[in-house]
Amino acid sequence: MSTQTLLTTKALTTSGRKPRIRMERVNWSGTIILILCTVTVLIPLYVTISMAFKTSKQAVDGNAFSLPAPFSLDGFAQAWDLTKFPVGAGVSLLVTAGTVFLTVVLAAFASYAIVRNWDHRLFRYSFFYLLAAMFIPFPVVALPQIQLTGLTHLDNPFGVILLATMFQLSFSVLLFTAFLRSIPLELEESARIDGASTWQTFWRIIFPLLGPMSATVGIFAFLYAWNDFMMPSLIISDPALQTLPVRQNLFQNQFSSNYNVAFASYLMAMAPAIVAYLFTQRWVMEGVTQGAVKG
Amino acid sequence: MTTTTTIVTRGDRTVRRSSKRVEPIYYLFLLPTLVLFTLAITVPAVMGIFFSFTDSIGIGTWSFNGLTNYIAAFSDPAILQSYLFTFGFSIATVVVVNVLAFLLAVGLVSRIRFKTGLRAIFVIPMVISGIIIAYVFNFLFSNSIPALGSATGIPWLSTSILANPDLAWVGIVIVTAWQAIPGTLLIYIAGLLSIPGEVYEAASIDGAGRFQQLTRITVPLVAGYFVINIVLGFKGFLNAYDIIKGLTDGGPGTATRSVAMTIIAGFNGGDYAYQMANATIFFIVAILISLLQLSVTRGRNAL
Repeated sequence: MSTQTLLTTKALTTSGRKPRIRMERVNWSGTIILILCTVTVLIPLYVTISMAFKTSKQAVDGNAFSLPAPFSLDGFAQAWDLTKFPVGAGVSLLVTAGTVFLTVVLAAFASYAIVRNWDHRLFRYSFFYLLAAMFIPFPVVALPQIQLTGLTHLDNPFGVILLATMFQLSFSVLLFTAFLRSIPLELEESARIDGASTWQTFWRIIFPLLGPMSATVGIFAFLYAWNDFMMPSLIISDPALQTLPVRQNLFQNQFSSNYNVAFASYLMAMAPAIVAYLFTQRWVMEGVTQGAVKG
Repeated sequence: MTTTTTIVTRGDRTVRRSSKRVEPIYYLFLLPTLVLFTLAITVPAVMGIFFSFTDSIGIGTWSFNGLTNYIAAFSDPAILQSYLFTFGFSIATVVVVNVLAFLLAVGLVSRIRFKTGLRAIFVIPMVISGIIIAYVFNFLFSNSIPALGSATGIPWLSTSILANPDLAWVGIVIVTAWQAIPGTLLIYIAGLLSIPGEVYEAASIDGAGRFQQLTRITVPLVAGYFVINIVLGFKGFLNAYDIIKGLTDGGPGTATRSVAMTIIAGFNGGDYAYQMANATIFFIVAILISLLQLSVTRGRNAL
């Protein structure tokens, strides 16, 4: 809803002056072309859903585009047991929630300290130090990290939370510091005159103001932590504690011809993110735009 | 421009306030993050560079062997091929993604119906896990499309492109583009909406057609967004791992092995120190590209 308001208000301010012209000139050819283009997005999703509801007998016939007949839930039941879905979903939720929480909190605190003490060398250099991680892709440090997490018994979901947070940090600090610099100091000064401590000023006044930025930072952390395959597959050593995306490789090795089970499993793994997206579209789109343009 | 000015004035202001010492609580805000960051990123990075000059296999004893790993890496056909593949794939994907995303963005900001709904659909791929969508496409490429090909009697469709060493990269570009277009698209939409409508009105009064408006007004005015998208996209694609893993796992043979996959494979093959040399080279490449990005974007901001 509001996404539309955001964008249409722009459209309206440019075309609202001449409502007649706007009414006449709906770009129908463009609309039709774009609707046709959605097929490229929808086909893989349609195939996933229709395959998931087939019986295993129908699924092996190789026709991905047929509708399920009869409609069957067997795939889901089997996928649930094979991938131990409740455990996988639990681990994925833990990793995602942990990463989002830790990223937002650590980055917000650190950014506040950095911006308010910019003229102190330690804080200013810390900013550039944290930012430098943007130059380090995960594959570069992956091998030593696997070694170290093994040595420190962090070769589990908690290790993934820690590492994923650290990789999100530079980008998040960049967003938070940019935003904090735009908050007028007067706001805090009046709170301090009223006797608020630094902690209270941050927690009661600044952190709530950071809300929209926290949403952006959180969305990026969520998408990364929920969907990532590479890091958990390398860091978590016990297959029983793997996240949902990593569990799907089960269908590449064993059970590879039980297509309906595989697709039911894929669907269960991707559905939470899609549903969450459909409810938070506006935040996601604004957040990504803001994040990418600033970052 | 505006940001720089605010920083400067803010800097002046804080100088006056804080020749005092820093309140201890600020250390509490910052230091835990610094410590964790150092342990999680800096220490492994230093360790990796250190071991790249040794003959370590990841565990047990090791000794220094100077530049041996680097010299070997530069003449290793497997590593050279992985760089060739990764760069070629990244360039192809950047072109495909940016052309398609820009055209879609132009369509999505024009006077179409169902704007919100269409945009919502085009953004969906962004929230789907790369490895899972790669598995889905893997099934389409290796089962459905060949089945369709033999049913319709089109010979080039009836074999899986993923099984063809010369064409497997095309499949990887398609899936990577499928997933990367939404993010790029949103940035272009932001860019297109920042162009005031008056510019177009003036142009159409002067008799500029739709195509002329696109090439003479739209493209130059969103040039900065092209730069952002190309650089961000390229940097991301260089690290490609998940989608390739799900589609070809580096195959057929080693035709689609990315640099990231080569490095990771070293851990299982006992080539720890050797692949750390490779990772260090990759790190330097990443830094060079980032420096290029900084100089390009800095140049843009100055305009």
